[in-house]
Amino acid sequence: MGFIRGFGQFWYDLIIGDDWKIAVAVVTTLALGTVVLLAFAVPELVLTPVLGVCLMAAFVIALRIDVRDR
Amino acid sequence: MDAAAWGLGTAVLLASIVEMVEALTIVMAMGMTRSWRSTFAGVAAALVALTAFTAVAGYALATWLPEAALQLAIGGVLLIFGLQWLRKAILRSSGRKAMHDEDQIFADEVAAAESAGAVRGKGLDWFSFMVSFKGVFLEGVEVVFIVITFGLSADNMPVAIGAAVLGVLLVLGVGIAVRGPLSKVPENTMKYGVGLLLAAFGTFWAVEGLGIFTASHQSLEWPGADLAILVLVAAWFGLSRVMVHALRRPAAAASTAVPSTSS
Repeated sequence: MGFIRGFGQFWYDLIIGDDWKIAVAVVTTLALGTVVLLAFAVPELVLTPVLGVCLMAAFVIALRIDVRDR
Repeated sequence: MDAAAWGLGTAVLLASIVEMVEALTIVMAMGMTRSWRSTFAGVAAALVALTAFTAVAGYALATWLPEAALQLAIGGVLLIFGLQWLRKAILRSSGRKAMHDEDQIFADEVAAAESAGAVRGKGLDWFSFMVSFKGVFLEGVEVVFIVITFGLSADNMPVAIGAAVLGVLLVLGVGIAVRGPLSKVPENTMKYGVGLLLAAFGTFWAVEGLGIFTASHQSLEWPGADLAILVLVAAWFGLSRVMVHALRRPAAAASTAVPSTSS
């Protein structure tokens, strides 16, 4: 049990790191992008840059919350 | 080599140098204060563990996942991983987090090594063995992670591996010549650069990978194909400068910050 917990903690520290809000921001944005892709048939060449901008906006929001909490 | 391969090579090389500098500081501190023999044994054990980890993780990812799913999974993880680097770089540049200080880390490691009691057995000093093993393995895993994710997503493992090995050899060569921590290496700037590249490539691949959910299961296309990566690097850089400016604290507050020993 200790090994599994340690293994999970290792990967959490490596990928998620100090601020879990960034992971939530990225996953949420990609999930919303998937919904838009499947539900609204948006052209790929429009959707990809829009999602890029949305990921940047999500990062800004996560960082602002992080700084506000400090 | 095309633009994507250059970006891939640059990101892996910078990441490899940064992580190797951190590992070298720990190895130097253990070797110089306790036992070179035990320290090298710890480094060798870490390299064996890293090789096994690389083989298993690389084979599993390359074998089990279709291309678009691989891009989504790896791109998403790479983006989260890269944004952590970028977040720290922005906080450091804006004075909200102290700069990474290799000299301070070396001094802390030396103090810990000197204050630790004798931990001997089977001809080895187990304190220096374990500390050097852990240092090399943990810093190495980050490089391996970047090599595997970049190499598989760009379908160019030779460039990724070559860049990582070049970084290791560069730091090793300079480290042997200097015989001390490489505090002159502009680590904070390099980490900023790596964070930008990881964020840009991660954005590109993660969004491309959403194509796995379409009927064709093919990767989505960006306008301009691979050239979009350059636009993303510029966009992430511009955004990060805006964030640094918006979050900047007065210099007095930054100067009183305790030097950072975290990566």
